[in-house]
Amino acid sequence: MATTRIQLNVNGTEHAVEVEPRHSLVDTLREACGLTGSHIGCEHGVCGACTILVDDEPVRGCLMFSVQADGKQIRTVEGLANNGAFNALQQAFHEQHALQCGFCTPGMLMLATWIVERDTPVSDDQLRDLIASNLCRCTGYRNIIRAIRAVLDQSGNAEAGP
Amino acid sequence: MKPASFEYVIAESWDAAAALLAEHGDDAVVLAGGQSLVPVMNFRLAQPAVLVDLNHIPDSAYLRIEGDCLRIGALTRHARFEAPGIDGPLGRLLPRIARNIAHLPIRMRGTFGGSLAHADPASEWCNLARAFDAVMIAQSASGERRIPAADYFQSALTTDLADGEVLHEIKIPTLGPDWRCGFVEFNRRAGDFAIVQSVAAIELREGQITAARIGIGGATEIPQRSDAAEAVLVGGPPTPERFAEAAAAAAGSVEDLLTDHQADADMRRDLVRVMVQRALEDAVASGEGQA
Amino acid sequence: MTVIGESVPRLEDRALLTGIGRFAGDQNFEGQLHMRVVRATVAHGRILSITTEDAAAMPGVFAIWTGADVADVPPINLRPGSALQDLEKCRQHILAQEIVRYVGEPLAVVFADDPYRAEDGADLVWAEIEELPPVVGLMDALGEFAPGISTEPAVFEKSYGDVDAAFAGAAHVIECELSVGRHAGVPLETRGALAVWNEAEDRLEFHAAAKIPHTNRIALADLLGLELEQLHLFEGHVGGGFGVRGELYPDEVLVNLAAMRFRRPVKWIEDRMEHLIAANHSREQTHRIRAATDAEGLILGLDDAFWFNQGAYARTHGATVPLISATMLPGPYKIPAYRTTGHIRLTNVTPAGTYRGPGRFETTFVREQLMDRIAAELKLDPLAVRRTNLITSDEMPYERPFEIGGKPIFYDSGDYPKSLARLLDYVGYDALQVEMVARRAAGEMAGAAVICFVERGGDGPFDDVRVEMDAGGTVEIITGVASVGQGVETVIAQICAETLGMDYAGITVTHGQTDRIARGQGARASRVTVMTGNATHKAAMGVRAMLLAKAAELLQSPVKTLDIVDGVIGVGGMSGDGPSLTIAEAAAEILRHRDASRIAVEETFENDRATYSFGAQLAAVTVDPLTAGVTVERFVVAYDIGRAVNPMLVEGQLVGGAVQGIGGALFEEFLYDENGQPLSVTFADYLMPTAAEVPDVECLVLEESPSTTNPLALKSAGDAGVTGAGAAIAAAIGAALGQPGAITRLPVSPLRLREILRKPSQ
Repeated sequence: MATTRIQLNVNGTEHAVEVEPRHSLVDTLREACGLTGSHIGCEHGVCGACTILVDDEPVRGCLMFSVQADGKQIRTVEGLANNGAFNALQQAFHEQHALQCGFCTPGMLMLATWIVERDTPVSDDQLRDLIASNLCRCTGYRNIIRAIRAVLDQSGNAEAGP
Repeated sequence: MKPASFEYVIAESWDAAAALLAEHGDDAVVLAGGQSLVPVMNFRLAQPAVLVDLNHIPDSAYLRIEGDCLRIGALTRHARFEAPGIDGPLGRLLPRIARNIAHLPIRMRGTFGGSLAHADPASEWCNLARAFDAVMIAQSASGERRIPAADYFQSALTTDLADGEVLHEIKIPTLGPDWRCGFVEFNRRAGDFAIVQSVAAIELREGQITAARIGIGGATEIPQRSDAAEAVLVGGPPTPERFAEAAAAAAGSVEDLLTDHQADADMRRDLVRVMVQRALEDAVASGEGQA
Repeated sequence: MTVIGESVPRLEDRALLTGIGRFAGDQNFEGQLHMRVVRATVAHGRILSITTEDAAAMPGVFAIWTGADVADVPPINLRPGSALQDLEKCRQHILAQEIVRYVGEPLAVVFADDPYRAEDGADLVWAEIEELPPVVGLMDALGEFAPGISTEPAVFEKSYGDVDAAFAGAAHVIECELSVGRHAGVPLETRGALAVWNEAEDRLEFHAAAKIPHTNRIALADLLGLELEQLHLFEGHVGGGFGVRGELYPDEVLVNLAAMRFRRPVKWIEDRMEHLIAANHSREQTHRIRAATDAEGLILGLDDAFWFNQGAYARTHGATVPLISATMLPGPYKIPAYRTTGHIRLTNVTPAGTYRGPGRFETTFVREQLMDRIAAELKLDPLAVRRTNLITSDEMPYERPFEIGGKPIFYDSGDYPKSLARLLDYVGYDALQVEMVARRAAGEMAGAAVICFVERGGDGPFDDVRVEMDAGGTVEIITGVASVGQGVETVIAQICAETLGMDYAGITVTHGQTDRIARGQGARASRVTVMTGNATHKAAMGVRAMLLAKAAELLQSPVKTLDIVDGVIGVGGMSGDGPSLTIAEAAAEILRHRDASRIAVEETFENDRATYSFGAQLAAVTVDPLTAGVTVERFVVAYDIGRAVNPMLVEGQLVGGAVQGIGGALFEEFLYDENGQPLSVTFADYLMPTAAEVPDVECLVLEESPSTTNPLALKSAGDAGVTGAGAAIAAAIGAALGQPGAITRLPVSPLRLREILRKPSQ
């Protein structure tokens, strides 16, 4: 039960926290860092509700131990808005009704952030395949895909064909 | 589903990892990508006392051609294989396999070596390793051991790796320009564990198959090469009839098929036939337009 | 000004998009204990002993309870009106008392200072259980399930018309046996609860409550021996309900009891594996059904018997699901004579409750497959058989001469053939089938089919709403509903905004707080838009009347000359032309002469008639003949909602529901082995659709038949996506195989479909 002190950089802010090695990254973000936006849906890596960006890569926060994230750059849903103003993805999700209960939404937003930040065209099939990484039980996915497509189109990310 | 407590140690080198495993024996397991290990720990099916983190070992993730062989650093993430930057038929095959492994966030962390060490019957890399005669290079406190794929897989989730051994590199012989490779798998949903999968590679010279490698995964406890299918293929043309015959031979000769609530042995046998045939068709189709 | 009917974006979104939601897991109280449930690992057994010493010695463990510690708490009651025959005897204690009856049944609870340590403690609780033979077969011969309780504690009949005469005079009799597999809502957020004893107020506070807070408050207070005033429930954000979350489970009762006894806050969040074996299951039914038809396929009578797998205990819903199944099976067809016998069975598996479209997903599958079988046997087109039997508009309102919940069933309005025609027209049905025929001729196994159903909603009997306005013109609507993520706040705000002539964004909607309004019916059975919507309209009309009366006085103009547009009260309805004042000014004036900071009007809307709406769905699928894998190419939901308050939200419900339904049609099943051991215990076994398994679901939201049961003419939409999906997929697969009616069991897994493919076709 010995704890160790680690440093997590979350959305640009340093958090010095005491953790046990077995504390998952998503648990530490939620509890010690007080950032409850990332959710826990299954704790075996399937549902994706805990998806966050670690060093700009989407990963399952439930399958990393906090100690593994020491010194890494972590981005969560709380870092997306700019002084309360929605970013493009949040605005698109809002306009396209891409969320209902909102539980999968932070994971979807972080996955989508990775998708839109890459400088690679994404076809509709590829987009659907990427969104298949995360489960949603409310929306049926249609509006989530539309919202991300809208942002891709805005940023001039031309479709790569089906 | 929180795991039991453990002591966490970072290995700064392969030697250090081996030394830690020697020191702790059964009490220790290694942590690579964690995408298979951590769920097992969260379910408390495994409760190691010590977790040795391999992720800080320098130069542990790489894809390098050396002579006629591809050297794969054990910590190479699945995602890396989606754009491996390796020429040749093997290099072109890797992304076709990689994109079938789970989903993107899992591929960002999961590793090639981790898959080989975990040896799940549905593992795509295990199937590839067996079919292409990979050599596993294991390190322990007493040195290095080279384990050919034919000897490496023992049973579901069990390999020839001994206590104190850690996989640090995998070598796969590359394929010459006359080879065509294909891969298919059958599962309930995209990204699920494959119920049955097949990797097929045929060497074509002047319209004749001169060599073949047919790998079957997911159907049995350990991945298999189908000698029967390969025997049918070699010495003839790559026709649909020959492929069908090879597929039937593969299905007819596979033994000890797995059975579970997704698919019984009978269904798996049929799927072996279908997957081998389709993998061969995929090999020919993917080869079109190649030099 | 209109906002009803506009697809305005949701008021709920901000908190959820910025990660500041308050789901159960997000809430914490100082000094809280974490509860972890120890669950039975055998399906049936006698508890010989439970050893807790090792667990109690673990660091951080505060207390451990076993059955003896809570033996004084009565079993959880069935909801009033839902009991039938012997079901009351089948209630569940909050911790097993002597006998365990399903894998997952709570045996003990461990309380610790953090959830990791609670789980460490729970691992060391040893239960010695003498195994007893489990009952696992739904259709086994009758026997004893528990002392004095049969494996069939209730059997009932619903009927109307002369069924025997129908069969005697029939040209054809068609028989089938059809089954739906056990599955459930499985929301993405697992269940959880927090309870705090508020010393200052001498009351217990149950946080992260859901679905039916007022109903649960009454039931829970009764169980815990509290006066009603000593218990309040508070809802935060809820990660999906689908019928499963929010019923009173042993776990929530234990959390509250512990907070009461320990006088410390107690928090409980179940994990995914627990959810899959302990939260309500649903859907598992087997029907043996016969249809008597004339030579043209018109159904003269239906004779049905079905078996419903309740699992190991009766849960709060009692006999609700089988009763709804019995009364909704005829669906949108005339069916002049009908008889069904419902057998409620107990088995040693996880108990069952409702799941979205309860009784309708199942019976729509049964009825629509029967229609396809009639078509196959009579060599008629499946669509023609449906048209022949559909209730027509001149037959509305159409009575089914039996009751549900003591209320008669009247399909209030609808032009079913016309709505069906709208779907066929939208998809270009004739051309689509020509294309499918050509594809099949070319060797592809591709098919498309249309099925029909009726949905119900707007369950009363009442809803109370209080609309309050302050001197700044800001409105708060206090309701007794609950949110499970469906957009309750936005829809209610829209209705209020239109009634008051103001911007909906200036309105907050409070729900799920039992200390803000005395009564409530929560969110279930797709009732909120209809019931709460009408109550809101009524209360808002009261506020409007007050504002107009004050404005009439101040503007020296009769009330009937005034209108409110964009928050401004003026003559003739257009602002800027003549004297006017803002809503805020009027409100401030009213309040100046009162000893209150808010205007408040509370109204009750009563309604004992549910609304019934027609839907039709088209699915197009391809089947891989060699692997038996199914691909859904296209899925279209047509639904006559009468009047849509927010079309975008209606579509959201239809699309989401359809994808859940596709899950139940192809992937989702709680499987058990012969010892009652659950096999579907992780998301690697219980498979739900990802984006890759479903197409973009298309919606045709029809507003043709406004409801006649309520002043706003509203109907509901919550269940209309899921209800037909099992039937639609099954029918499409039948079409792809060239064998309408071939599918007799859901989900259509490759393992099952393979058996059908291997049979020589007729």
